[in-house]
Amino acid sequence: MSKVLTNNQTISNVHRNNQPITQKRNRLDKIVHNSLLAISSLPILFALAIFLALWFRAYPILQVHSFIELISGTVWKPLKGLFGFYPFIVGTGWVTLVAIIIAVPICILTTLYLSEYAGVWAQRLVKPILDLLAAIPSVVYGVWGILVIVPMVKNYAVPLFQPLGNVFPIFMSKNPTGYSILAGGLVLAVMITPFIISIAYEVLQTVPAGLRQASLALGTTRWQTIKYVVLPVSSGGIFASVVLGCSRALGETMAVLMVVGNMVQIPHSIFDSAYPLPALIANNYGEMMSIPMYDSALMTGALILMVMILILNIFSVLILRHILIEPH
Amino acid sequence: MYSNEPHIETNGLNAYYGNIQALKNISIVIPRKQITMIIGPSGCGKTSLLKCLNRFFELSPNTSVTGEVLTDGENIYNPSIDITEIRKKAGLLAQRPYPLPMSIYDNVAYGIRIHHTRPRREMDHWVQHYLEIAGLWEEVKDRLHSPANNLSIGQQQRLCLARGLAVEPEIILGDEPTSALDPISAQNIESRLLDLKSQYTIILVTHILRQARRLADYVIFMYLGEVIEAGLAEQVFNHPQHERTQAYLSGVF
Repeated sequence: MSKVLTNNQTISNVHRNNQPITQKRNRLDKIVHNSLLAISSLPILFALAIFLALWFRAYPILQVHSFIELISGTVWKPLKGLFGFYPFIVGTGWVTLVAIIIAVPICILTTLYLSEYAGVWAQRLVKPILDLLAAIPSVVYGVWGILVIVPMVKNYAVPLFQPLGNVFPIFMSKNPTGYSILAGGLVLAVMITPFIISIAYEVLQTVPAGLRQASLALGTTRWQTIKYVVLPVSSGGIFASVVLGCSRALGETMAVLMVVGNMVQIPHSIFDSAYPLPALIANNYGEMMSIPMYDSALMTGALILMVMILILNIFSVLILRHILIEPH
Repeated sequence: MYSNEPHIETNGLNAYYGNIQALKNISIVIPRKQITMIIGPSGCGKTSLLKCLNRFFELSPNTSVTGEVLTDGENIYNPSIDITEIRKKAGLLAQRPYPLPMSIYDNVAYGIRIHHTRPRREMDHWVQHYLEIAGLWEEVKDRLHSPANNLSIGQQQRLCLARGLAVEPEIILGDEPTSALDPISAQNIESRLLDLKSQYTIILVTHILRQARRLADYVIFMYLGEVIEAGLAEQVFNHPQHERTQAYLSGVF
């Protein structure tokens, strides 16, 4: 009996003594909560700040020309005050599209192999190599592009596709240098491959093993299981990984500008040179700034790039939402 | 010892996860068209043994298996054998139901379409047939084309049963198939399994002794990767020969 009493006393003592400690703990918790909230909101503020800065710097030219006029204008002659972004927008689109067309099949097949077929040793070998590829600096890809890809395009791809050029204009070659959309697309494809694969791989890893086994238990092959079970469940996530790769390709600057030729023209063939938006900004910002409106025009270019990526992301979110809400 | 002829036999079966031996020299006989239940404390290798019977054990990384598993006298670990045929023959009812990401109808039709076991024009008939056997038809007949994920978990498990039966297996493997279900759904599955006994060889893993007493014709008691005792249910339950079995049945561990 006496022991029970002592216990009770101890408990109530501890309880009483804890009162200020608890208050202190709660206060600390509140401080941590608020400071984390403040820090987490920084990225949103940064994004807003960048957008506003671009907007204000682009504002002068938008006073003179309408946005539509700028993005549909085909002539880029800053000295004459003509700032048509259409060639750059189309160039960006071409390079990104070529990169995606080359990269996506390779990425999806590699991811399926790694996730569904490969043994532990292959995963252990390939994953670090992909991480390594992702870590190579962009300028190194650019140098590699100049040394390897551009000559390859010039010496092999152009002659190979020459006969097709008469039937399909996109293979027509009027540019003998090799510095072309195809070279840019190839370099970009290699650059975004590890990125897409690692996201798509994570997506496939979220498919429960039990779901695969449910299908395999019925005597299906691995491929049938992939086709009817794994891919339908993960298609949204795989699509998202491709869109993210796309956004990356759109914004990639250094490696592309080194191999793509940088000629202001509307390309018609994968062997034509192009001048993507990021290359335009990187090559010209800080130079010839005395030309009226030039600075404002380049900022408009940056704004257009941001809007393109934004549209892509909104589009992907809408599709993802559709896939997620609509059950399989 | 067994009144029914053997359906599955294992000879010196060993299974390893990396360096850990999950199954030690298992040699058992499983009779045809009876319910055989594998009991034992958790981690004793019950599920590993079950997964060796449809070659599911090797799906986990770093595993290896030695010894023989004879189904109808044929070694399913023979390298030249078609694994999909093995798995078609031995359907698996998992611990947790996993409906495939498609409609109720397509879940049942899935295996039939993959194996072309029934003509396409008879599909409606067979889907209904297997849903009836699984005791689900009345509950879903008005929403066959709605997603299978919308069913309750008990209904999902019966759907998995129907889906498994649709490929016409000879053996049903159940890995604690009622453990995720509420008591009424569990009872429902149990009574389905009793109905199916006349046509299928059923092998169930369970950790619920009372369930084993209710369902089992034959019992295999495992401990630390070994089969300690195997035989007729009433014999193992009422007159266990081995002291470990006695201890387990009396609830010592």
